[in-house]
Amino acid sequence: MQTFNFLKPNRDNIKNYSIIGSLLVLVSLIDVISNAFLQINLTFFLPGSLTNLFPLILGLIGLNMMRIDYSGNKTLDLLNKNINTNNFNALLTLLILFSIIKVLPQSLSWMILDATISGDSKDACTGTGACWTYIKVWFRRFMYGMYPNEFHWRINTAFILVIALGFVGYFMKENLKKYLALYYVIIYPVIAYLVIYYLISGGSFGLQWVETGAWGGLSLTFIVSFFCLIFCFPLGMIFALGRRSNLPAIKYISICYIEFWRGVPLITVLFMSSVMFPMFLPEDFFMDKLVRVIIAITLFEAAYCAEVIRGGLQSLPRGQYDAAKSLGMGYWKMHIFVILPQALKLVIPGIANTFLALVKDTPLIFVVGLAELAGMLALAKTNPKWLGFAMEGYIFASIIFWIICYAMSKYSYNLESKYKTER
Amino acid sequence: MNNIIKKFIPQILAILFVVLIFGFLTLNAQTNMDNRGIDFGFDFLSQESSFDVQFSLIEYSGSDSYSRAFLVGLLNTLLVSFISIIICTILGVIIGVARLSSNYLIKNSAAWYVEFFRNIPLLLQIFFWYYAALRALPMPEKANAWFGVTYMTVKGYYIPSMVWENLNVFLYCGLAAIISIIVLRNYASKLRDTQGKQIPVLLYSLALLIVLPLLSFLFGGVSLGFELPELKKLSKISYIYEGGISLPPELIALVLALSLYTSTFVAECVRAGIEGVSKGQKEAAASVGLTPNQVLKLVIMPQALRIIIPPTTNQYLNLTKNSSLAAAIAYPDLVLVFAGTALMQTGKAIEIVSITMLTYLTISLTIAAIMNWYNKKIEIKEK
Repeated sequence: MQTFNFLKPNRDNIKNYSIIGSLLVLVSLIDVISNAFLQINLTFFLPGSLTNLFPLILGLIGLNMMRIDYSGNKTLDLLNKNINTNNFNALLTLLILFSIIKVLPQSLSWMILDATISGDSKDACTGTGACWTYIKVWFRRFMYGMYPNEFHWRINTAFILVIALGFVGYFMKENLKKYLALYYVIIYPVIAYLVIYYLISGGSFGLQWVETGAWGGLSLTFIVSFFCLIFCFPLGMIFALGRRSNLPAIKYISICYIEFWRGVPLITVLFMSSVMFPMFLPEDFFMDKLVRVIIAITLFEAAYCAEVIRGGLQSLPRGQYDAAKSLGMGYWKMHIFVILPQALKLVIPGIANTFLALVKDTPLIFVVGLAELAGMLALAKTNPKWLGFAMEGYIFASIIFWIICYAMSKYSYNLESKYKTER
Repeated sequence: MNNIIKKFIPQILAILFVVLIFGFLTLNAQTNMDNRGIDFGFDFLSQESSFDVQFSLIEYSGSDSYSRAFLVGLLNTLLVSFISIIICTILGVIIGVARLSSNYLIKNSAAWYVEFFRNIPLLLQIFFWYYAALRALPMPEKANAWFGVTYMTVKGYYIPSMVWENLNVFLYCGLAAIISIIVLRNYASKLRDTQGKQIPVLLYSLALLIVLPLLSFLFGGVSLGFELPELKKLSKISYIYEGGISLPPELIALVLALSLYTSTFVAECVRAGIEGVSKGQKEAAASVGLTPNQVLKLVIMPQALRIIIPPTTNQYLNLTKNSSLAAAIAYPDLVLVFAGTALMQTGKAIEIVSITMLTYLTISLTIAAIMNWYNKKIEIKEK
């Protein structure tokens, strides 16, 4: 005769246990949900702190009852294997579930259900939720800074052109492919610079001059990180080769350079570019603030780039060097035709990570008075007509940056796994 | 002959290039400073600074010198880095282990935590905590007590301060406990190597660590009192807490942002370290009869730590460098006090920015040197 073993669920009494167990878990979930959504405390009859612990205890007992090894029931096995392997795991599972139930409805109602987006002044925001009207009104400022509204098409066109030029490499003819590196390292930066200079800065071709002080918002983030990337890559390559050189003078100059920039915070570099740099330039030589910032960040990031590229150079097997040398190749021939093409392919994910760090660092240019997204937020926050919406602003900026950085990190991760399998 | 030319010409050119750049810059700096009537020198460090710093670990007032202001800034930087490093390590280890959990929910929550905090620029996170989250806290008079004695308000976090009597006796006792633990450990490992006996070192160490300081309370005349923060009315509507220690909101925002941001990187290091130890190691250790605890302590952890520690130290370095973002929310760290206020007052741009950069460089290089030494020490010696 089957005895109803209360403490040890097994295959024989699976029906009773799984049903009682899931019922208990269900009750505990219902208790938390009703607490969170309807503000009804189902367990009001229990003393103080026990009310809060009640669903937890109930759920734990329930999960414990459901924990049957090799039950034969597919769903139950899957559940046990994934969220319910032992008591500690069950406790963590319940805690996570409960906190999601508690937090999610609140933040959802603040962000979406109770939020306002209509209207175009602060008065429209009367609800308890977020005021997305603020973002809507300031959207163009956040994207383009103080750039005149009627010229925003110029920024958009310039970006589209630069991106399109970047994709040219994909559609190059087979016999032109050998010039690809030349194109990306030398020609492309020059063209991109000219496009951005003539379109965004203006001043010729009938376009009105817009000074760099007016540039800002997210577009400035893109401009700064784009230029820093294309300039810091060749510079980093030079220092990476220099650090691996046999010639002591070149080696130590490179080491000093790399270790110096890697040892100081970017913010002091930016301070240097804004207060110290002008002292080191010839008299009457004026350099735009944006240009100074781009130079400073480029010098800074080049050191990180150099270390990434050095990693790629080091990971190549010695045989590659020996083989190239045995064919009678000199230093430059060996590096240009044998070493660098292989090493650079290896470091693409690392470079993507450096670029990601660069994008995350660009808000720092705010400390020298260039108003990119974070700077525009600080400006909008102190506008007397729009006081008190700091939360919305920062959440908006965080979401934008998060999407950009997440996409990039996923992309670099994909590249990494792609090149890992190829070698 | 040809070889010598090949070797020396590029080196001489490189050195010449560097010298020329530095010479050019120095020349420009000299003419510029002559024109503006600024002289180069570090005399200003001993001059009276005449500005106040709102949060400082050591006694400081406007009548102190610039070098003391520098020290105040440096200590504040080190304080915020130290607190953040401790918190980010604890968080990072928990999240890193959680990412390897068999529990679907835990694994994915940890993964999303990492993806979330890693992909938002640190400056935005600092701004978010400082300008948005901490500003939503209650005013001092409406604050609820946390744990009964601490108050989290919009003006900062108020905690009781400790009032010690005969602190030095207590510290000596602590020191004695640490020394005796080291002796005990050495003795235990000797005993294990020569006679194969095991003694529960951890238990004894804990006992020593608790008992010795406790004895100092009973016999050494040490006593510990707490000074609680108390609400005081300044005027009709403005209240303030007095007594105890107050942590300014800038510090809290900075610590929160730095430790949450860096903990994601530490978590990835921890995960990579544990994943880096092959499964065979664990099985081999278990098959020679080690208990699960011994497997973890003697086989897995030493190997995992070898992978974990170098990149984690790198993250600590990054955190220390990132703490300079404090300047953006006016936490008086090295950059704000020295490269900000002091620079504005003296106008000695070159000297002050160089000192600030050299300070960070010294911190980085020192830690890097220690790390290199440590790496050499723990390297697997292949025969």
